[in-house]
Amino acid sequence: MTNEIIKQRLTDKFGDSLTEWEEQYGLLTFRAPAEMNLKAMQFLFDDEELRFRFMTDLTAVHYPNRKGEELCVVYHLHNLNDNVRLRLKVYVPVEKPDVYTASQLFSAANWMERETYDFFGVNFVGHPNLVRILNVDEMDYFPMRKEYEMEDPTRRDKDDEMFGR
Amino acid sequence: MSEQLTHTQHHIKLSEESLQKQTTTLNLGPTHPATHGVFQNIMEIDGERVLETVPTIGYIHRAFEKIAERRPYYQITPLTDRLNYCSSPINNMGWHMTIEKLLGLKLPKRVEYLRVIIMELSRIADHLVCNSVIAVDTGALTPFTYVFQYREKIYEIFEEICGSRLTTNIGRVGGFERNFTPASFTKLHDFMKTFPKVLKEFESLLNRNRVFMDRCIGAGPISAEKALNYGFTGPNLRATGVDYDVRVAMPYSSYEDFDFKIPVGTVGDVYDRFMVRNGEMWESVSIIHQAIEKIEKIEKEFPDQKEVFYAKEADHFHIPAKEDVYTKMEALIWHFKIIMGEIDAPAGEVYHSVEGGNGEVGYYLISDGGRSPYRLHFRRPCFIYYQAYPEMVEGGLLSDAIITLSSLNVIAGELDA
Repeated sequence: MTNEIIKQRLTDKFGDSLTEWEEQYGLLTFRAPAEMNLKAMQFLFDDEELRFRFMTDLTAVHYPNRKGEELCVVYHLHNLNDNVRLRLKVYVPVEKPDVYTASQLFSAANWMERETYDFFGVNFVGHPNLVRILNVDEMDYFPMRKEYEMEDPTRRDKDDEMFGR
Repeated sequence: MSEQLTHTQHHIKLSEESLQKQTTTLNLGPTHPATHGVFQNIMEIDGERVLETVPTIGYIHRAFEKIAERRPYYQITPLTDRLNYCSSPINNMGWHMTIEKLLGLKLPKRVEYLRVIIMELSRIADHLVCNSVIAVDTGALTPFTYVFQYREKIYEIFEEICGSRLTTNIGRVGGFERNFTPASFTKLHDFMKTFPKVLKEFESLLNRNRVFMDRCIGAGPISAEKALNYGFTGPNLRATGVDYDVRVAMPYSSYEDFDFKIPVGTVGDVYDRFMVRNGEMWESVSIIHQAIEKIEKIEKEFPDQKEVFYAKEADHFHIPAKEDVYTKMEALIWHFKIIMGEIDAPAGEVYHSVEGGNGEVGYYLISDGGRSPYRLHFRRPCFIYYQAYPEMVEGGLLSDAIITLSSLNVIAGELDA
């Protein structure tokens, strides 16, 4: 099982809708349209040849400068039989960050999606219990988004242009 | 934003019966002594039987991923210490290897073997804590107090190498901060001579102990299928019979040069997890023996290798030795530049994982070419498998729930990031 075979099988199935193929450090990466994330994962799971049945990781990245696709949800899947990983990315606008939940397919996704919601505000449609997990329930913002400075912006003693702060 | 948040309030729902007092609501934790850290479980119990449990996590969340976005690369190492603090050297090494992968560095064999020794020592320390604590929770305090002395000895070795014990901040990008001293090798050899006997004794106290076996067998089981679906890794997955080990599946730090077995269990209950960890300690002992042999062989063949403790190509990321900083201009400049975070890493996206004490510890790093990561995500095995806890304990006894928690080796630091 090589990256070429995986790419070929996915292109046969989904055609041109999967884009931005990359192979950084040997890890096959591609982008799927937001509404197709579950379809792609289900296919990767069910296909007798591909068998990506282990979810290694699920997280999000915030790119404030990419207008209309600010939030990127990243899935790392693993085929344990052939020992191959791949990375699936889905981009959604920050105003309407709706992505289908993978928690019916992978139980592991349940808390990881809650964490991603907690920190980035990605709305996983169909999630059984999409509530905050690590932060307090009363929090009314999503702290991992780039607009939130790590240090208190009112503090002047930490301004130090010399060292990139 | 507010619309999404309306349903977040008061999400801990208890069943109707609890209000009519047919069953008891038990608040286990956050600071109950048998919960090993800050965990809370709101349990619905009928007599001694657990009907329902709702874990609450996040009590020691410290926003490491956010902090990491503003820190130069070498300042992130201390953050990784505080994930799984029972085996922090593995986390440190995993982080260094992630950057090395980003930079495309190849390390000298001696350095990789030294890293293997450190990682296996910390695996032993991690498993010793977990296994002896299972014994404590079943009512046997003696093994715990006995083997903890040997965890101390491991920490003394770490202290000799890097200066600290629990949160080690050991190693640097490209290797180690300094060479291993002769004293650290003496301590290592001393440990390797005495520890197997202690582990044997520990085994004879518990492995075939009727009371211990009756207590552990059948408690908190999970099937291989479910464990995989829940994203289990490490000893907890192997206890169910799946032989997935990152050291073998995707070897790093020259693990492919070593000859070792992967212990597996069958039914994934507390006893299997205990036995898998026990077996792994023996394998770790054997790996350390092999690593020492390999290092000695290298040093015999190439005497100049004795002084090699980091990759020369890593110079721009490896803090120069203190003697050089005080005497050489070039070293002083690099020291300043590295400390001040003036070194830019190349842009790229990299995922690297190592076999931590509890499973696959992954680092998903996105670098935009600056002084600190654009985004860094830690794959924390505890966080992922702890969500199976309700399913594992519901229907069982309350005391089984306690030993299930300790046998899963959930570390609060790793759970809450």
